[in-house]
Formats: sequence, structure tokens, C-alpha cells
Amino acid sequence: MVGSRFHSTDWPFREYSLDDIGFDLRRALGLYRVIDEEGGQVGDFDVDVDRLLEMYVYMVRARILDDWLLRLQRVGKVAIHAPNKGQEAVGVGAAMALDGGDWLFPSYRELGAYLVKGMSEEEILDRAIANIDDILRGSEFAVYGKRSVNLVPAPVPVGNQAPHAVGAAMAAKILGHRTVVMAIFGDGATSRGHFHAALNFAGVFKAPVVFVVQNNQWAISLPSRRQTASVTFAVKGVAYGVPSVRVDGNDVLAVYTIAREAVERARRGEGPTLVEAVTYRMGPHTTADDPSKYRDPGEVKLFEKLDPVIRFKKFLYKKGLLDEDQDRRIWEEWSSRIEDTVKKCYNKPPLPVDVILENVYSKPTWNLLEQYEELKESLEIIRELGLEVD
Amino acid sequence: MPLMNMVQALNSALREEMRRNPRIVVLGEDVGRRGGVFLVTDGLIDEFGAERVIDTPLTELGIVGVAVGMALYGLKPVAEIQFIDFIYEALDQLLSEAAKIRRRTGGMYSAPIVVRGPCCGGVRGGMFHSQSPESYFVHTPGLITIMPSTPYDAKGLLKSALRSEDPVVFLEPKILYRTVREEVPEEDYVVPIGKARVAKEGSDVTVVTWGAMVYQALEAAKLVKARHGWDVEVIDLRTLFPFDKDAILESLEKTGRLMVVHEAPRTLGLGAEIAAYVAENAIDMLRAPIKRVTGFDAPFPLVHEKLYMPNVARIYMGLSKLMKY
Repeated sequence: MVGSRFHSTDWPFREYSLDDIGFDLRRALGLYRVIDEEGGQVGDFDVDVDRLLEMYVYMVRARILDDWLLRLQRVGKVAIHAPNKGQEAVGVGAAMALDGGDWLFPSYRELGAYLVKGMSEEEILDRAIANIDDILRGSEFAVYGKRSVNLVPAPVPVGNQAPHAVGAAMAAKILGHRTVVMAIFGDGATSRGHFHAALNFAGVFKAPVVFVVQNNQWAISLPSRRQTASVTFAVKGVAYGVPSVRVDGNDVLAVYTIAREAVERARRGEGPTLVEAVTYRMGPHTTADDPSKYRDPGEVKLFEKLDPVIRFKKFLYKKGLLDEDQDRRIWEEWSSRIEDTVKKCYNKPPLPVDVILENVYSKPTWNLLEQYEELKESLEIIRELGLEVD
Repeated sequence: MPLMNMVQALNSALREEMRRNPRIVVLGEDVGRRGGVFLVTDGLIDEFGAERVIDTPLTELGIVGVAVGMALYGLKPVAEIQFIDFIYEALDQLLSEAAKIRRRTGGMYSAPIVVRGPCCGGVRGGMFHSQSPESYFVHTPGLITIMPSTPYDAKGLLKSALRSEDPVVFLEPKILYRTVREEVPEEDYVVPIGKARVAKEGSDVTVVTWGAMVYQALEAAKLVKARHGWDVEVIDLRTLFPFDKDAILESLEKTGRLMVVHEAPRTLGLGAEIAAYVAENAIDMLRAPIKRVTGFDAPFPLVHEKLYMPNVARIYMGLSKLMKY
């Protein structure tokens, strides 16, 4: 039987009002904050003390690791690095809002999130160096992930993972799992069709997914005001029927609080949320980029005052949860631990050459088998003629 | 055994596999209550519900991208593209994600989705309802590409696709949806991926082809047999990648003459790869230059489409060249 789908509430020839949106549109325009620039508390949060310190340590670890990856890139040990400096609060705050079994589809530039989700410094360094223990087997630079902790390695084309997160969330719902899925991507990714498709599907299917837009003000050289004419990125979610909230992305407790609210909403079956985290990319886009060509260095100085790690430290000082001594010990401990890990990973042997032909299909097809023979033969020729190729 | 056309065969493959594997879901435009614009998914929503037969918003990118995410999580999604000509919006998801995700995650994840939809010409479909885009998929490491030409193969190959651990692009020549009927088993069977079918045995020329062109080749074979007594072997490739090189070489050993016929434009069409493979690996077997009969290197037309596509006349011309060389 095919009947009319129209009820009085969805009759097409009616007028709508702001009330019909079904959620508070103002949250997409405002800026949720817990910690002000001086470390004072200006908003609510619900995190116990141990977890606050844990968050801080994750941010410190991400900062130290980021610095090492930059140095390793400069000496040619790492192909390309996308520096994280200044954005630690977003990855750490968002990923800490997830429960153990939840899935994360991050972007590159999310060291804090990888650490929180359960990838160790050693695994990240092995990956970055692409040595014998690289989980991703030398397939790509600057991306990280680990299946056992539901951390799906990012695609390099930005935002491609947004529909994946929605699909995974829809699958979880279909299978009756209580899993929540989170995707993190940047302001640049919101211009791509993948963002549109993902938000649209998420809204229509009420998928248990949380989108985090890491608005770091720059997509390589394009400032966010040229990325969109929208007043905020969060407001984009409103048109898809997705409740959207704009938060201070240099405030780890603001990110955590809103992300946690979104994760809980999703788990209750109330559908997706978009969180815009306003932050700042203090470094270059990648080690192959030169921001002095397009960015006023004064701007970076301005944002140094908003450094998320320093701000959270001031907050912890003010709360009496940390003092200078303890802070110094945290930095020293992790600096030396990560340095040891770097030393350990630095000289591990390289991946075997077979990796360039593996993991194409579940079983190699005949052409790959033929080409593998060709590769082997070329290695013999390289040896025989004393050529320097690789 | 019941007589089925290709639509019925595909529908029964989906139905049987969905019964067998509760993780299979179908998603696409109008696949639910409407049953797909060609009715391939007809009635599935009644048996499996709207959770497993999902009407999606109108975006191929979204359909394929969401299917990839579902597969990463552990479902087996079948993404219907209403007309394969609309797949280009989804190419980033198909070529960059579905095809590469096993590689780019070091083998941790895979996205063995099935992307299926009607392709090819012959129904006055114009430029955007007639294309044969198989080369894009064949050119992309990580994808399997299939195009059946008979109801029996359509069912058996779709079942193989639904059990594959790799992503499959399953192209259905829409002109064959209702024009060919044959006996199709109701019990479970599969047609293996990577195996060609000898549609007609012959000893003078090997014609490698697929999809609706199989029937044009068979028609032309009849014509040249009657007029010249030439004995044409027609190979229906079925799986376009990984294609059955052994079947091609075996046939060539017998005939020494190769023609490839496909609807897609000639330049860098799959015919080019098959010709190159034979030239590189079996040129000694050839008694004449390789001949390609293909769609012209121009967009698919609305008018005179039978003159754009390979037809009996053009295959006849090609066979004459090969035999008179």
C-alpha cells in the first residue's frame, strides 16, 4: 500500500521557525570555554583529578613527540611530518571523550589523539620512520593507526574519512552495538564533498557519530575566512539537522566536555553532533611548507600566548593539582623516555622490499606475482652492476 | 530449473546471499520500496527490512564512502549506483579508499564492498546512461572488476563478489537485463572470479570480449562462417580484472589471431592492455596484427548509438582484416 507520507507537521507548504530546528542554534555560533587565557575556570566540567593530570601528561607527551618528529624529519629519518604544535588540546580532549571500544577516524596531525587511543610513542616512531616494525608497512607518511584500539589510519586526501565514520556508525547501529564513532578533520576538509555527504547521511540516519572540525585557521596557506563565507564552521552542521557546538580548541576541558556530551548523546541513540574546535596551527602545514611566505609571524606570536599546554598548566597550578616541581618532573621524565624510544627506533632495520607489492589484494593476483619476479631480478641486477637505486 | 533474465538472476543472488550472510546490506538510491530503477533489488526490503535495504540520499560519493565505513566496521555492503555513469562523484572513495585501504593500513583493515550498477549502451540512454567505464577500475590496483553477459553468470559471479575479500566493481550491461533468458539454478552455485568462458569454440580467430558485445561477436561469427567459412572462437572474459590470461593464451595457441571487442572508447581501453599483454608474452603465436573493435574515442551519443558501439559490420571488417592479412 502506498499512502500519503504527509502529516500536518511535514506538509510542504508551511512556514518554519527557529523552534523547528530542534536544538540550540546559538551553540554553533558561541564559544564554549572552561579555562580562560590565564588558567582561571570560566565554565563547567566533570573530570576527576587523576584524569585531569592524565590529560596534561598526554598533551606534554604529544608536544615532546611532535618536536622529535620534526627533528627526525630534518635529519632525513622521517619522510614528512605534519607538526601538531598548538593543537594538542583538540586531539587529547576529543579522544579522551571516547570509551575504550569506540572508534576514531582521525586526520593526520593528531598525535595527542593517537596516544590517548592507545598507540605508543614507539609505535608512532616506528611508523614515522617506516622501519621494520611500522604497523602500516611503509605505505604512507604522516598517518597513524592501530586496529586493536579501533584507531583507523587517516587518509591523506583530507576529509575522506568523514563518510567512513558515518558508515561505521551506521554499521554499529545495524549490528546493535553501542559503539560511538568519532571523526576528526580540519577546516579545509569542510569544503570537500565528503564532508557534505557525511553530515547529510549522519543527519538522515541519526548515526552515532561525532564530527570534530579542527579549525586551526589555516589549510596550508588558505586562511579559514577564505575557506568559507559561513560565520563559523559549526553553523554548517545546522543545515544538516546535526546539533553543532563551537568550542575553544585551545582549552582541553572545553573540547573534552562538549565531545563527551556528544559521545553520550550518540550512545543514547540521539544521533550525530558536530564540534568545531577553534585552535591554531603554530607550525607549518608540513615540513615541506614555508609559512613565512603567506603568514604574518606576529600572528603566531599572538597565539603563543594562547598555547593550550601552558594554559592547562596554569589551570592545574591554580587548582593546586600541579606545581612547578611536579611539572618539571613530568617534562623531564617524558623527555628522557621519548628520547630513549627514539634511540631504540632509530636504528631498527628497514622494511623488506616485498612491502611495495603486498596488501594490494587479499591474495596476490597473477600480475603481482609476475611483477614480484621482476622486482627480484632487478635487485640482482642492482647488486651485480653495483647500482645505487633505492 | 527456472528460466530467469539477468535482473531476476541478480535479485536471486542478492536474496540468497543476504539469507546466508546477515552482514550483507544493500544501499543506494531507490533500492528500497522502489526496488531499484531496474528492479534488481525488488522485494528485498520486504524480506530483510529497511535496516538492510537502505534508501540513501542522492550522492554516489556518500553511498560508496559510507559503504567503505560499513565494511571497515564489519558489514558486507552492496552499493548500488543507479547508473554507472554517475560513479565519477564517488571515484575518490572507490579508487583512493576502497581500493587502497588494505594497503594503506598495512593490511589491518580492508573494505571488500561490492559496487554494482547498470552500464553500457544500446538502450538510447544518451551520454550519461550508456557508458562503459571499466578501464578506470581495472587500472586501479586493489579492485576486482566483473561484467557478466548471461543470467547464469550474473548470479554466480555476484555470489562470488559477495563472498570476496576484496572490493568488487560489478558492471551489469543494462541491455541484457531483460533480453536474455536462460535456465538458472535455484540451488547455490558460484562462478569463480578470474575465469573466462568460451562462448563459442573456433579455430581461426580469437575474439576476446565481454558484456553485451559477446552477442555481437557471436552474431559476427555466424556471418563470417556463412560467408567465408571462418571459424571464430569467442571468449567472454567475465572478470575484467584479474583477467583470465591463460584462457586467452590457450585460445591463441589454436587460432594465432586476436581481436578484442569492447564498448568503451579505444584509447587505453582494456583492449589495449590485453593487446599489450599478448604482444609482450605471446607475439610468437600471432599470425596477424592484433585488431581492436571498440567504441569510438568520443562521448557516447544519443543518436546512431549502434554505429558508435561495435556492431556486426565493424566486427566483420576486423575479422576480414585479420583473416586476409
